[in-house]
Amino acid sequence: MKKYKWGIALFSSAFILSACAAGDEAADTGFGEASAGEDEQSDSEENSEEVVVDEDSIPVGLLHSLSGTMAISETSVRDAVMLAIDEINEDGGVLGKEIVPIVEDGASDEPVFSERASKLLQQDDVAAIFGTWTSASRQAVLPVVEEHNGLLFYPVQYEGMESSPNIFYNGAAPNQQIVPAVEWLFDNVGDSFFLLGSDYVFPRTANQIIQAQLDDLGGEVVREEYTPMGHTDYNTIISHIRDTEPDVIFNTLNGDSNVAFFNQLADAGITSDDVTVLSVSVAEEEIRGIGAEVLEGHYASWNYYQTTDTPENDTFVSNFKEAYGEDRVTGDPIEAAYFMVYLWAQAVEEAGTTETDAVREAASGITFDAPNGPVEIDGDNQHVYKTVRIGEVQGDGQFEEVWNSGEPVKPDPYLETYDWAEAIQ
Amino acid sequence: MSSVAMQIFNGISLGSVLLLVAMGLAITFGLMRVINMAHGDLIMIGAYVTYLMQVIFVQYIPEQFFDWYFILAIPAAFIIVAGIGMLLEFTVIRHLYGRPLDSLLATFGAGLILQQLIRTIFGAPNVGVQSPSFLQGSLEIFGLYLPFSRLFMIGLVIVCLGGLFIYLYRTRQGRRVRAVMQNREMATCVGISSRKVDSLTFAMGAGFAGVAGCTLTLIGPIGPTIGLNYIVDAFMVVVVGGVGALTGTVIGALGIGVFNTFFEYWTNASMGKVLIFALIIAFLQWRPSGLFSMKTRSLD
Repeated sequence: MKKYKWGIALFSSAFILSACAAGDEAADTGFGEASAGEDEQSDSEENSEEVVVDEDSIPVGLLHSLSGTMAISETSVRDAVMLAIDEINEDGGVLGKEIVPIVEDGASDEPVFSERASKLLQQDDVAAIFGTWTSASRQAVLPVVEEHNGLLFYPVQYEGMESSPNIFYNGAAPNQQIVPAVEWLFDNVGDSFFLLGSDYVFPRTANQIIQAQLDDLGGEVVREEYTPMGHTDYNTIISHIRDTEPDVIFNTLNGDSNVAFFNQLADAGITSDDVTVLSVSVAEEEIRGIGAEVLEGHYASWNYYQTTDTPENDTFVSNFKEAYGEDRVTGDPIEAAYFMVYLWAQAVEEAGTTETDAVREAASGITFDAPNGPVEIDGDNQHVYKTVRIGEVQGDGQFEEVWNSGEPVKPDPYLETYDWAEAIQ
Repeated sequence: MSSVAMQIFNGISLGSVLLLVAMGLAITFGLMRVINMAHGDLIMIGAYVTYLMQVIFVQYIPEQFFDWYFILAIPAAFIIVAGIGMLLEFTVIRHLYGRPLDSLLATFGAGLILQQLIRTIFGAPNVGVQSPSFLQGSLEIFGLYLPFSRLFMIGLVIVCLGGLFIYLYRTRQGRRVRAVMQNREMATCVGISSRKVDSLTFAMGAGFAGVAGCTLTLIGPIGPTIGLNYIVDAFMVVVVGGVGALTGTVIGALGIGVFNTFFEYWTNASMGKVLIFALIIAFLQWRPSGLFSMKTRSLD
């Protein structure tokens, strides 16, 4: 038996090591290099390519989960940021300098996000960080960018109630997604709502908002249900749906659970004719994993769809497909990740420097013709004016727009302009 | 009244899912005592085999035979995943019998390798599998809606269990398996090749994980990390049922399924999970070795 021991130890450690290496393949700059004494600017690897940062270039950080559960959504967002950076560089860069992306992997783990963010700001001295997806990861990076006075550009819709001077929020605030969706459903579908969400901060805050808004409109919440992240058995929830017979299910489930929920709803014989489901976290990318046939006829509320009819979007979609493959789809967070790079670049041009305070000053009122239509940075809360769009899922997995706000809506992260929202903290 | 009946059905149906997920583990962990953390990832491979089968059918087989892909995917998943299990046993686990902590780490690592392999081949995003048309929709009796997919899973789990019982308790090979698992030294003394038995048994445990993965495509998402969703449930069922006792695994799965559904119905999903875990902790205080414990004369 003895002679096996070393072999076994080698085997197991080799297995574990190779697994770890595989997991972090995309971007791991490691501590080893940092302590090896290379000073000044960064000397990090990105997909094992050497990134050289000199006087003619501006380093920016890309901080997304490229491994772990969130990799599903976040790798596409990283791709969109890279596309925008390439396009800007082809046009001569920013301030005549080339933008150099430094990619880091947040690994779907909040402590890793905050550690990588400080590495980007301290060691690489990046001008801005584009990244994060979940509210938890954004909030892990928030204290880091505030401490180092850095800039974070955030691409995803979220629950609102936040406004850091060091973050630009490019996704929808609640009044640009949830509030108009509830209003539209109340006017067009019915007044009894079933609220279903994953059990964490975004769905709970969102449902608080919906509850308050329905109280004001005269609607009714028949039941409110939360399931843990990664939950896969929705039969009991479906029993509740049968018992309460709502007109609308307002779905704030996130990630994989959507697949289980929609499939089991369809298997139970409940179709979009029986009850309307409106989702706020299901975009084109997610439809591919769920299957268009079970989603057909249900709705989503976003600011952008791949089918949005603007000339800018035609170019964006064809460039995206050309860069990453015909079978790829775009979607709201992908589009936001794309235009936020342009907003940052314009703010830097305006300011004449990449220095944080000057860029923030210059950013107010910057406009850009994004694929979803014109967007504008609101200097007061660093959110973005965007058009709200409600879409119906079609058999091919794309959305058909059924309603839009007609003009970009002013962001209101704290819902200050709504009387009924006073009680929400 | 009908809602109670519906919940009983939901409970049995959840129990059947748990049982499918745990059956392979009842063999690799229950019988062989390998803390097999790669079990969830073997389930995931089974799901991807189903996806692959669907892709092959869409591309090469005339459309009217499409529904057959699922029927073929079940044995295919069993065989392919059993093969991977055999390879895993040969390269890693063979050297780690009787060393549970090392096997925990090594199988966890092997699971990560499988995940990354799938991510490299199929990409990080989830893939979609379309249920065959004969499993869509539901059967309506007495005002109850029983989804065909759930009925199918209950049927499949009964077939798998029957096969496993016959194999273990009615065949020569099954008797050898039980002999080796109960007392390895004594079994080898009477001329049973424990290597061969180990290899076949582990492969079979892995094969059932593959079947579980295949049927899970009917109800849940398919992505490189879905194994993580099921691994805790699988261990829970085997531990509650009693390590080494297949009957215990069956009753454990059904019990957890029914209790979980009712707790969830009366409270909510998060609270239901809390209550079921509290119940299990209390239960294990009372019976530390689970519902059924195997009596052996071997010295542990």
